[in-house]
Amino acid sequence: MTKRIFYYQLASIALAIVFITAIILVVGASPPSVITAMWSGAFGTVGQFARVIATLAPLLLCASGLLFTFTAGLYNLGIEGQIAFGAIVSTLAIRLTQDSLPPALVIVLAILMGGVGGTLWGLLAGVLNVYGRINEIFSGLGLNFVADGLALYLIFGPWKREGVASMSGTEQFPESLWLPTFGNTDASPIALLIAIAAVAITLIILRGTYFGLRLRAVGQNLRASYVLGIPSIRQLLSAFAICGGFAGIAGALQVLAVFHRLIPNISSGLGYLALLVAMLVGLNAWFILPVAFFFSALNIGSLQLPLDLDLESSLAGVIQGTLVLFVLLARGVSESLRKPSTTPLHKGY
Amino acid sequence: MDIAQITPILATAIATSTPLVFACLGETIAERAGVINLSAEGTILLGAMTSFAIAKTLEGSGTVPSLLAGFAGAAVVGAAIALIVALGTLTLKQSQVAIGFVLALLGASLSSFLGNSFVRIPGPTVPSFKIPGLQNLPLLGNLLFQSDLLVYLSYAAIALVWVYFYRTRAGLMLRAIGEQPNAAFARGTNVVKMRYIYTLIGGAMMGIAGAAFSLDFKAGWSHMHTAGYGWIALAIVIFGGWNPLRVALSCYLFGILQSLASVAQSSIPAIPSQVFNVAPFMLMILLLVLTSSEWVERVLKLLPSPLDRTASELIRSAPPAALGKVFEQD
Repeated sequence: MTKRIFYYQLASIALAIVFITAIILVVGASPPSVITAMWSGAFGTVGQFARVIATLAPLLLCASGLLFTFTAGLYNLGIEGQIAFGAIVSTLAIRLTQDSLPPALVIVLAILMGGVGGTLWGLLAGVLNVYGRINEIFSGLGLNFVADGLALYLIFGPWKREGVASMSGTEQFPESLWLPTFGNTDASPIALLIAIAAVAITLIILRGTYFGLRLRAVGQNLRASYVLGIPSIRQLLSAFAICGGFAGIAGALQVLAVFHRLIPNISSGLGYLALLVAMLVGLNAWFILPVAFFFSALNIGSLQLPLDLDLESSLAGVIQGTLVLFVLLARGVSESLRKPSTTPLHKGY
Repeated sequence: MDIAQITPILATAIATSTPLVFACLGETIAERAGVINLSAEGTILLGAMTSFAIAKTLEGSGTVPSLLAGFAGAAVVGAAIALIVALGTLTLKQSQVAIGFVLALLGASLSSFLGNSFVRIPGPTVPSFKIPGLQNLPLLGNLLFQSDLLVYLSYAAIALVWVYFYRTRAGLMLRAIGEQPNAAFARGTNVVKMRYIYTLIGGAMMGIAGAAFSLDFKAGWSHMHTAGYGWIALAIVIFGGWNPLRVALSCYLFGILQSLASVAQSSIPAIPSQVFNVAPFMLMILLLVLTSSEWVERVLKLLPSPLDRTASELIRSAPPAALGKVFEQD
């Protein structure tokens, strides 16, 4: 049975590659030169590889968080806003303490406050979902707009740079407040360690604890688990809070390790990308590492396309989206060929 | 402010809401049949890019044929994306949210990648057309009948969808497959086939919405040209209670919020203009959140008895009962 699913997945990936090749040919580019450019963009120099690692850390954090909400049967589209709000609170913490506390302490505080901010923003989506009866998709999307608006307001209003406010963000923080990196590159060992710890914690909690078991029960059948005495509301809200917390830490890392300031669109679409990672991984949580690494490499590698071939870097998004779409469809094909009684439970939307 | 100042603002708000009207009516049709097409953001972007690319390429063969080809191309693109949604969710029974979300991102990326050579160049646009006679009506003439054909078509679409939903037998079946698919199936309706058809029609309308942006109300093409409109369209459908008339009015409300934001921008310099650009999106979602919370229900109950029901019918409504659920034929 699993063998058959494996073959379907292989076939779906092959079809996805055919589709992507066709798209590349449509714009008149040659697929081999695209591959060469993207490979050199991601792995050509130590600096470029370091940027892949720098993208990987927040992506892993977000994807781990999303495994909690997915397990609870929730589509947390609000993750982009949770990253942004984490980044905002983290920036606030830095601004308030950078003159009075030693840099190391400011950094620790900023990361913690990022987590707190993300947790609050996640809980807000959860409260609207549970008590306001708004589908989590729309409470999340709405809060994304609000977080974006707030960031823009701060960047162009109270936190604007001396002289001119601009889309390039707030004043850069002094170098003592940057997360230390490997040599002279963009990759921070601390960010990577935090991210890998998040993956490990996620695996342990979801696979090895009573909490994880109850979360699965709630995700499989909300009503049944409620009838069986599982505090469903608390489970749902915890999933939102944990996911928001991880996303908020990712936001803090964007501020501390990548941009060294608050910029508009600080999440850079990493939250949505993490949703794709989590969808592709499904229940095989371990795959989160290779998939997130591959997607990060695509993101960074594609930045070479405009330089070498005069193509748009959004090809990364095309490849990622196509892969996930075809894998989902293949999952559907293999499920529909099985006996109807074994089709998994589908939650309403 | 007097009428003479307000009318042009309202007229602009109504005209510029036209793409959203098409998108939201399309989504309403699909959702009333039980299918959420969450790909709206990607469909509108790809529709906008395709229609502009087609119209620009055919520009030499005359404005009208190139525009028509552009709109047709956008409708085909929208229907094609909807076909993937239908195939993935109705036949292969995957989650509507998952498939739709992936298509939203994929459509956005594709539009950027494929539309790269059409960025920021002038192209054909829908010419304005004032309806003779009607344009001279007091007040209404200024408000409704001094824009272009696309706007008048959107009025017709609103009326058509409403009549189809509530005054025809086919419309009754459309609502039935979204509310009680099993009952409709027992009555002999091919639920899956009908859902395919309505999802495709809805998708085509969303594609047309994209064309309405790039060939008319936000003429031209740039990366993420219509960003945010797909997501807001999904929210407007809920806010409008899945009723075509209320959905259309909600689109106009959003248009008015946008007009007000651009008016307020010049009078409140303390708040940066970038905030005003996102403010209507925030307000619209906030309104949705407010009207669907239980708290509102309690407030409405305080109203005297005939009023509370009317008020509740005006701002609230339940989604189609089978929305987003897999139909198992047995």
